[in-house]
Amino acid sequence: MTELRYLAPATLDEAIKALASAGSAGRILAGGTDLLVQMRSGAVKPGVIVDIKKIAEMTAIEETADGGFRIGAAVPGAVLAEHPRFGKVWPGLLEAINLIGSIQVQGRASAGGNLCNGSPAGDSVPALVAAGAIATLQGPGGRREMKVEDVPAGPGRTNLKPGEILVSFTLPPRPKGSSDAYLRMIPRTEMDIAVVGVGVSLTIKDGVCTAARVGLGAVAPTVLLVEAAARALIGSKLDDAALKAAAAACSAACRPIDDKRGTIVYRTKVAGVLLKRTVAIAAKRAGGN
Amino acid sequence: MAKLHVSTTINGEPMEFLCEPSDTMLDALRGPLGLTGSKEGCASGDCGACSITLDDRLVCSCLMLAVEAEGHQLQTIEGMAHGDKLHPLQQKFLEMAALQCGICTSGMLIASDALLRKNSKPSEEEVRFWLAGNLCRCTGYDKIVRAVMETADEMREAAQ
Repeated sequence: MTELRYLAPATLDEAIKALASAGSAGRILAGGTDLLVQMRSGAVKPGVIVDIKKIAEMTAIEETADGGFRIGAAVPGAVLAEHPRFGKVWPGLLEAINLIGSIQVQGRASAGGNLCNGSPAGDSVPALVAAGAIATLQGPGGRREMKVEDVPAGPGRTNLKPGEILVSFTLPPRPKGSSDAYLRMIPRTEMDIAVVGVGVSLTIKDGVCTAARVGLGAVAPTVLLVEAAARALIGSKLDDAALKAAAAACSAACRPIDDKRGTIVYRTKVAGVLLKRTVAIAAKRAGGN
Repeated sequence: MAKLHVSTTINGEPMEFLCEPSDTMLDALRGPLGLTGSKEGCASGDCGACSITLDDRLVCSCLMLAVEAEGHQLQTIEGMAHGDKLHPLQQKFLEMAALQCGICTSGMLIASDALLRKNSKPSEEEVRFWLAGNLCRCTGYDKIVRAVMETADEMREAAQ
């Protein structure tokens, strides 16, 4: 058995070199709330752990010049919640990130880790997809950008190339009348894994929905961008007919599994119900902006 | 391979210890550091019995590598009382019987203290959501929630 090595580089370049030289034995450590559980259970046996929390870019929250945000991939949920502006601009994305685990988990867990863990039920992912977040990746081949919806490849897998690190998320500027929301269905009130999760981001002008994105989680091998649901909402006054069409589009997009948390039939129905409720919250918030 | 040397601050005291790279902070606390007040319940971040603060932020010590403590400030249950004088939360937990077997208690106290530092007047709902990551199989939570709220009332009065 090979010994485990722990490295905590101060720069991204060093982290990429360390990860590249570790090959398949390398693991990134951000909050560790998934990695340490996986190590404990024996599901992963890393040879090298690269702790990225000493890299300034990966723990920073910045407002970009155009009015958007750049969030380091390792920023914990609790830190994001304390930012004076982020939760006002992106309340739905913040509530999704803050639903990951307990207060203790929030002290460490990051949206970057939630995405790279590759769970179809990760709470932050549908909200990131709805937000139109762009992931910045860096690896031995340089830096590139990828839409968040293109990152997951299947349960536990991503489309990151070997040696690539998720560095940050970029969120676009928000036009007036924009907001977002995230709802998940769980049988309890806290500390559970989504049976269905829906993220909605929209813009309303003079009572008409002018832009919308819908992210749907826990109903397919990866989190889905449901463009048909967004099309049903855009151009409407979010009336019953539009909501019904968008809900039907969400249910139609579902390719879930039966498991102990929910059946295929249940998940498919709930996806539509949650879409309507999530739109209502996002629309109400957008009205105040 | 040689063990890793870690310098950290625990309950305000500079501390040094040796650990394996794979050791959790809980392993280090309960092993070389001899601070056994933090308990291991689930070892997967679900139960909160190992709760500590890391730079004043509530975390599960089972979900943190010991080596990550380097240069940081930790608070454990051992630092909660001042000598023989219990912290108001500890005193209230005793008075109101907010514990039975005690395994969850140090985590409950650390988590409740973190809440009251952030929010001196939490609602019952806020207390219950905050403590959702601390499991108790004995009390049914009600006595714990009431003890936290009553402590908050008394600490606010004392501060006036």
